Formats: sequence, structure tokens, C-alpha cells
Amino acid sequence: MNCDLIMARYGEIALKGRNRYQFEDLLVSNIEKTLARFGPVKVEKVYGRILIHQPVHDEALSALKQVFGLVSVSRAHVVPLDISCIKDKALALATAHGQGTFKIQARRAYKGFGYDSPGINRELGTHVQKHCPSLTVDVHDPDLIIRVEIRQEGAYLFSSALPAVGGLPVGMTGRAILLLSGGIDSPVAGWMSMKRGLKVTALHFHSPPFTSDAALDKVKDLARLLAGYGGRLALHLHHFTEIQKAIAENCRPQLSVIIMRRMMMRVAEKLAEQEDALAIVTGECLGQVASQTLESIYVTNALARRPVLRPLIAFDKREIIDRALDIGSYDISIRPYDDCCTLFVPKHPQLFPRLQKVEDSERNLDIPRLLAAAETVSQRLLLDGWDPGHEEHL
Amino acid sequence: MTEAYLDNSATTRAWPEVVRVMARAMERDYGNPSSLHPRGLAAEKMIQEARERLARVVGCHGDEIYFTSGGTEANNWACFGLTAMREKRGRRIITTAMEHPSIRVPFRVLGERGFDVVTLPVSREGEISLEHLSDALTEDTILVSVMWVNNEVGSVQPLAEMGTLIKEKSPHAVFHVDGVQGLGKLRTDLSNVDVLSLSGHKLHGPKGTGALCLKRGVRIEPWLLGGEQENQLRAGTENVPGILGLAEAATLTGERSQGLRGLRERLVTGLEGIEGFQLNGPPGERSAPHIVNASFAGVARGEVLVRALAEREVHVSTGSACHSRRPQASHVLEAMGLRGNALTGAIRYSLSAMNSELEVDYAVGATADAVEEVKIIPQRQRGRKR
Repeated sequence: MNCDLIMARYGEIALKGRNRYQFEDLLVSNIEKTLARFGPVKVEKVYGRILIHQPVHDEALSALKQVFGLVSVSRAHVVPLDISCIKDKALALATAHGQGTFKIQARRAYKGFGYDSPGINRELGTHVQKHCPSLTVDVHDPDLIIRVEIRQEGAYLFSSALPAVGGLPVGMTGRAILLLSGGIDSPVAGWMSMKRGLKVTALHFHSPPFTSDAALDKVKDLARLLAGYGGRLALHLHHFTEIQKAIAENCRPQLSVIIMRRMMMRVAEKLAEQEDALAIVTGECLGQVASQTLESIYVTNALARRPVLRPLIAFDKREIIDRALDIGSYDISIRPYDDCCTLFVPKHPQLFPRLQKVEDSERNLDIPRLLAAAETVSQRLLLDGWDPGHEEHL
Repeated sequence: MTEAYLDNSATTRAWPEVVRVMARAMERDYGNPSSLHPRGLAAEKMIQEARERLARVVGCHGDEIYFTSGGTEANNWACFGLTAMREKRGRRIITTAMEHPSIRVPFRVLGERGFDVVTLPVSREGEISLEHLSDALTEDTILVSVMWVNNEVGSVQPLAEMGTLIKEKSPHAVFHVDGVQGLGKLRTDLSNVDVLSLSGHKLHGPKGTGALCLKRGVRIEPWLLGGEQENQLRAGTENVPGILGLAEAATLTGERSQGLRGLRERLVTGLEGIEGFQLNGPPGERSAPHIVNASFAGVARGEVLVRALAEREVHVSTGSACHSRRPQASHVLEAMGLRGNALTGAIRYSLSAMNSELEVDYAVGATADAVEEVKIIPQRQRGRKR
């Protein structure tokens, strides 16, 4: 049935004072931007909830459920403060539901109404039962809860609260660099970090002509997907060819993967410096592939000055895949175009590298020169998730 | 220099005359050759003329030409249609280790259906041995299928000698030749060949056209049913524009391909100047005049080199694919005994009558640059400690 507006609820109620205002304002702003593409929207903060005034349809509701910071959304209806109007509306909601058990739950934010909460519950409950025999009252664990909020400007009625994604509004907690490969893991890690309020700059390493344009397009699509969740997202494409060649030519093959990851970490740290990002996010998961044994993580981490956030460190592969399916990145990730081409992965990578040996092997590289040269050829794309047509090369 | 298209074994660009012929056929001669009215009769007359023209290029009779939708259909039809007719006579069918998938897969299927499949090995240069063939030929051999020119390395099989051998040792066997890469480029004695496949888009003709040339008296079971076309052996309204284009293309290409061998030599000589170059396939005199298969030291993935060349507007191809974690190498090169980087890094240049010396020289230069860009020579191979 059509509704008048949407009520959205947010979590983290422990926030107080200035933090709370910042949270709310950022959340309202993000909601406005997300919904802008569906038409004009008015977003209001009301008594610890957010009301969204917009002719609502399913697509907008789906988009809203993805906004980080919202815990649940409900379709809401407004009627004048007149008991028969309220009863009729409650009946309409109940009838739409069909059969089963129900209860009425009224709350008064405005005490000037003629009825108190239990009184409202009784009036509505009786009315519904009388006109809708297929529904019976169950005050403990009903199928349907019809909520009524009495406010000065009217009575708000809403039923099912649809779960939203939770988390914190994007941008609230700071900036991070996300190491984005084309695989299944890193997009999920990116999404999870954005969920806790981080604004991410995605960093991808490509090595043309060793890696293909198709692989690059895959990563751009993943970045666009993430941008859809958080608004603007910068994608930094690092030209990694010369570095990979230098590693393949000068370092021991068993250490090539770990040295490559350390180079990536150096680049990430440098980018974090430029972007004022205080953390680096990766999709590392313990024990999955050669570069993700604890020894490997230790050796790669040794270079990082900033905290490296690894949201997937304790996930099983199955759990990661489920998340990827939920957020929509799985189908993109499994397109069969490899990044950092398998050409550079040795047959027998060292699973348990020693920091000393790795550093020794790295001495064969002129790292500062390699990093500087790559910077001149690297590119940057700005993707706007809330205005999908809008992309910029920088 | 806009581009050097050197991937002609994959497909060719149509001659302008071919395009004109086809456009005219679509605009003017659009009748169904099976219709009784003048439009239909006119169309039928045209395809008959085309049939005769193509027969002249192949060296057979017009009534031995059966138009198909391409080389793949012709090959499939030959495999299934010829064996079906003869399965009571014998069970052995012979092919080689370097056939096109449109022969390889049907043979595999026939093997699963109970035929006795013999696959002749090939030498390092991609050639089969007549001795092996002789040993394999038996009384109950009913089909031998061999590709005239291999599309990946340009090796040529000795069709005349093979034909003679087959007639001697297995008189009931049918000798089928996949002539897709050979027609228009080489001339040889095809008198002992019973069935020949050919494909239009390898001859600067349209895609979706081809023919099976079936010697008079050689019986074949029809493949496409439901019409009387092609002497009741291949149903389906004739692709009139395609057929006219095919005949025009085959004729013109046959006339214009004289300079190929010289161009190929020029290409090979140029590539020999690049350090680490290795030619895969038979030496110049024994090779088809248009194909060069090469590997370069330090290049482990053909696809990478193909991309680097494409950046420089030189279009070639590779037999290996890099789409999954494990590379799939060319089975032809593998059958020839290539291993390691030479196998996975091989690329193929294929020339045509449309290429010029200028393009060849440009391609050589581009190759030198591209190889330099992508080659990886680990230090230990250069003799330095790491």
C-alpha cells in the first residue's frame, strides 16, 4: 500500500553531545544525496528518528536500506489527531497484513491527546479485531506490531520495520586507503570499512600489458559498486609494470610475492600521507593463500606505519563469499580476468618468509627510483556513486 | 602507419570487389533460388555460376561443390556424414595431433561412440610421417582426415603421397582434407583427395560461408535436413550473397597471392634480428607461405606480447589463453614438443595478399620494441647473484 513517508532509525544511541549532532547531520546529508536521484526529497530529524518525505517507491526504499548509519526503516502513515481516523488507519494496516496475531503499541510524544497509551491500544485493538476476524491479539509475541506515535502535528502509524545496514555514516570516522584487487575479498573489506564510517580511497595496481584492460574494467566496476554505498570514491590506478618486472628480474622467485606486497604497502603508505588517511584497509584473511600466512602478514606489516585494518582476518572463505553476494560484488569479482597476472606468481612461493631474507633480497632493487617512476604514469579516477554518470579523470 | 593486420589466419578482410558483389546481390538478386518465378531462377543461375567459378579455383567439378556455412560446418559434416555411411565397412578412423577443433572434437565424439580413433603424432616441425600413416592404415579404415596447412605453425602435409598411400592400403577409406588454410595459398595435386573443406572468411570473403568439395561417387550422409538444396544433401536456403562473395574472393585471392612467400621471408629475416627469437614450425621452404609462429626468450605469455603489439597497432594472435589461473597452451605446439616459455609465449603472424613490405617492416620494429618491453630475464640467467 502507498505510504506517506518513511521513518528511519539509527543506532549508536550512546553518542552524546557534539558527536551526536555530527552523526545526525552527516547521516541526513548522506540520505539526501542517496535519494536525490529519485526526485526531490525532504529529510527531517525528529525526536531521534529521521523522517523522509518523498513519494516512496521500492527502489528508493532499497537504496535507503543501504545507507550506512541506519538501523531500520519503516513505511509510515500520518493521520490527524482524531481517534476514528487513527482507528481506520490501523485497520487498514492490519487488513493489508492479512492473518495471524497482532498487537497495538502506542507511544505518546505529545501528551495533549485525549487518550493515554493503554487507551489507544485498547481502542485500536478492539476495532481491528471486530472488523478483521482473521487477526487475533497476542501481546507477547505477535506476527504484526502496529506502532502508533502521537505527536503534536499528527498521529504516525507504521508497522513492519525493515532492517537496514547499520554502521556509521560514511566519512564519520576518517579516511583510509583500500588496497583493491579484482578478487572477492578486497571489495568486501572495503565495504565493511565504509560501514564503520571510513571514507576510502581505493588503490589498485595494474601492470599493462601483462594485465588486460578487461581486468582493469572489472576493478572499475567494483569501485563503482562501492561508490554506490558511500558516495564519492577516488580510484587510484598505480602503474605497477616496471616494479613487477624489476622484482621478477632481480629477486629470488620464491620471495617475489611477498616483496610485491611490500611494495604495494609502501605505495599505500605514501598515498595515505598525501590523502591524510590514517589507516590502510586490506582484504587479508589468515591462512588462505601464500601471502596470507601469519609470517607473510608480519613481513608485509613491518613496513606499515599506519594501522592496517583487516576486516576479514577471521572470516572463512564461505563467509566472505556470502558477504560478497549480499553487497553485489561477487559476480563482478569472479569475472575471469586476473590482475597482477599469474605470470608473476612463482610456482613455489615462500609460505613462511623471514624478514631478514626479504630485506636482503630487496636490496637488489632501487626502490626510491622505482616508486618515483611509477608515480608519473599512474592515474586517478573520481567516481560518484550518488550521481553515476559523473566520473572524472584527475 | 595506421595498422599492420597480421592475423589473417584468424580471419581476413574482404576484397572491395567482394563487398560490391554481395551488396548488389542483396539489393538486386534477392530471390530464393528455389522459387519458380524469374527472380528465383535468376538467383539460382548466379549461384550455379559461382559454383563453377569456385570449382575452377579448387580444381574440381561444379557438381562436386556443396556450399556450407563455413569451414566448421564442412568439417563436422565430413566427420559425421562420411563415417555414418561406412560404419558397417569398418571402424578405424585416422587423424593427426594438430587438427582444428572442428575436426578434433567430432573425432573425439566418434571415439566415444565406438570408432577406433588413431591420432598420428607430429614432428618438431609439425609434420606427420608417412611411415606412421602407413602403419595405421588397415583394411577396416574408413576415414582419414588431415589438415592441409596447419593454421598455427604453417606446416604442410604431403597430400599427394598420403592420397596414394591410402588408396593402396585402405581402398575403402575416404581421404578428407581440411583445406581451410591451404586454398588460395598453395597449389598441390589433389587428385587422390576425396573430400575437401574450405572457408570463405580465410580467403578475403565473407564470414559464414564455405564449402565441402565431394568427389563424384563419394557418398555422404546429409547433415542438415528439410530441403532439397545442394543436391538434396544440405538443406537450407542458399546464402546467395555469401556464395557469390565466396566465389569472387576465392578467385581473386588465388590470383593475388604470388608475393606471399617473399613477404614471409622478409618477416622472418627481420625477426631473426631480435635477440632470443625462435621460429616454431618447419623451415622456410617447407612452410606455407603466410604463417610465422615465433617465441622470444624472456616472454612467458603470448597474450602479453599480443597486447603489447596491439598497443602499437600490430595485430597478431597467440595459441595460448591466459584467462584462468593456469594458462592453456596451444595443443598444436605441445604436440610438436615445445615446452616452457617457448610454448606459452608463442605468437603467430599470418600474412595475406593485402599486406605490404611496409607493414612487415613496421611489424618487425614494433616486435623488437614490444619484446623489450615485456621480456623478463631473471638475474640468475644473466649470471649475477641474487
